[in-house]
Amino acid sequence: MSRKLTGIGASAGIAIAKAFRYEEPDLTVEKKTGVDVKKELQSLDAALEKSRAELEQIKEKTMNDLGEEHAEIFSAHLLVLSDPEFVDAVKQKVQDDEINASFALNEKADEFIMIFESMDNAYMKERAADIRDVSKRVLSHLLGKPIVSLAELDEEVIIVGEDLTPSDTAQLNKTYVKGFVTNIGGRTSHSAIMARSLEIPAVVGTKEVTSSTKQHGMVIVDGIDGTVIINPTEEELQTYRRKQEEFEEKKAEWAKLKDEPSVSADGHHVELAANIGTPEDLDGVKENGAEGVGLYRTEFLYMGRNELPTEEEQFKAYKAVAEGMNGRPVVIRTLDIGGDKELPYLDLPNEMNPFLGFRAIRLCLEMEDMFRTQLRALLRAGAFGNLKIMFPMIATLEEFRQAKALLDDEREKLKQEGTAAAEELEVGIMVEIPSTAVMAPQFAEEVDFFSIGTNDLIQYTMAADRMNERVSYLYQPYSPAILNLVKMVIDAAHAKGKWAGMCGEMAGDETAIPLLLGLGLDEFSMSATSILPARTQLLGLSKEEAASAAEEALQLRTSTEVQELVQERFIKK
Amino acid sequence: MAEQQYKITAETGIHARPATQLVNKAGQFESEVTLEYNGKSVNLKSIMGVMSLGVSQGAEVTIKAEGPDEQEAISALDEVMKQGLSE
Repeated sequence: MSRKLTGIGASAGIAIAKAFRYEEPDLTVEKKTGVDVKKELQSLDAALEKSRAELEQIKEKTMNDLGEEHAEIFSAHLLVLSDPEFVDAVKQKVQDDEINASFALNEKADEFIMIFESMDNAYMKERAADIRDVSKRVLSHLLGKPIVSLAELDEEVIIVGEDLTPSDTAQLNKTYVKGFVTNIGGRTSHSAIMARSLEIPAVVGTKEVTSSTKQHGMVIVDGIDGTVIINPTEEELQTYRRKQEEFEEKKAEWAKLKDEPSVSADGHHVELAANIGTPEDLDGVKENGAEGVGLYRTEFLYMGRNELPTEEEQFKAYKAVAEGMNGRPVVIRTLDIGGDKELPYLDLPNEMNPFLGFRAIRLCLEMEDMFRTQLRALLRAGAFGNLKIMFPMIATLEEFRQAKALLDDEREKLKQEGTAAAEELEVGIMVEIPSTAVMAPQFAEEVDFFSIGTNDLIQYTMAADRMNERVSYLYQPYSPAILNLVKMVIDAAHAKGKWAGMCGEMAGDETAIPLLLGLGLDEFSMSATSILPARTQLLGLSKEEAASAAEEALQLRTSTEVQELVQERFIKK
Repeated sequence: MAEQQYKITAETGIHARPATQLVNKAGQFESEVTLEYNGKSVNLKSIMGVMSLGVSQGAEVTIKAEGPDEQEAISALDEVMKQGLSE
């Protein structure tokens, strides 16, 4: 019998394939004494060899798909496999105690893991995870229960798991991974954002998909409305195949608008831009007809590695995006780390309230050397395209002035060194903190532009953690409170001849678009896959009607009332 | 025996990438190669040994090699150490 689960549609589209349960096999081992030592040592060597071959393969694949930086971790894993202090110690133990290799391996690995975990440096603590990873791989071969890594998939599957980490998603191969379903997460969690940038259908936050899905059983993922069907009936399969075709047709329809301008029915032009994380995302940006990049999240350059990226590495990445966009605007956000995004090697203390703590610009202004390196790379890349810089999490004008002063200082230094750098470059801020929205008129005198980050702006305005499912009802983008803040920012920008954009999820939302158009938003930046549907919608909207609806919405009392108003006027036609 | 002393200048100390490079290089020689820091000495052919030292910026370390190709080992490792890792 089929079973239906409901989660959050994280990435639109429909996928039908066999389930691939992404989980670890049971690798518990028991101690055996009086074993055939020679045989144990042989099987240990064989397991080490298999693990080495696997890691070489993963390393090569990662190198080809994601570049050398991401592959480095596997070089370290390979070294652990041939580490004399480790491997010889395991062999010695097998010989001395005449015990099974798997038990000896576990014991020695645990010893090293203990050493690393007891270090008071977060980076070193992370290394314990590497040793655990490698020894698990060897152990799985010793026990004959191989762990299939996501990079090794070779048939079409839908991945089913508790959650996918950044290193998991980095390994996803679009050829075989048709979609994924997770137990936890929301629309703005890492896995959801990655699904959209990879353009694979995904449903997150189903709570129980792992307990209801059998390995290799059929699964339907409907990322449009967040439905998952396990063991579908023939009838359901047909229905969804049809739905899949319809979605593909719609996509083909949208594709026709790829090179068209983004204009409303009454001829008002806005800019539809894309949010990206790495230079590799540019293909999707172009395929989806974006008019620019409204948010380049630079933190991905810093993540999934063991040390800070150098100025040269950053320069290359920023330059690739600047050149790739061919003179179209690219808004680069400086490092936004902290909150839910950690960098183990910075060794930052845990905080009670990470979202209200030491993160983003606060951290960058304190860790000035790191920040200056990024600013230099940005200034240099600015000479190769239409780059704009924005600072995240600005709460006060002093913070903006301080950051801008560092930027000017680095520009001056580059000039003296005779290094090519952008002379003129727009410098703006993210508006994510209510204080900044309220102070927008004063900010507008000093910044070149605003970009409203709605995910954080909503969570800070409503005082509701967006990762906490129990208060998720407070995540209300259509709340008149939010709309009023958005209006303040847009009006303040326009009063000083500046522009206002939005780079949160809200900018690509069907219900929000008419309101934002009505409020006069200049730039809408969203997941690349949302651009063509948004352009299609825009073509059917009149700016004048949208403006009067927005005016009314600002006076309404609840988020639901606003939603009903938009539904009635613009969607249910 | 050959040896050479260094002062680590890299902001992140001897972390994954430099450690990987050092261990790979050391593994190419027959001599026994050790890394000493803070009174502790580890096998420089062991990534886990090197990492467990937790060498950070400003640390003073000594590399020692003993064996038939000790001079070659020291000069090859010197090259790796000078690539932005130490002075």
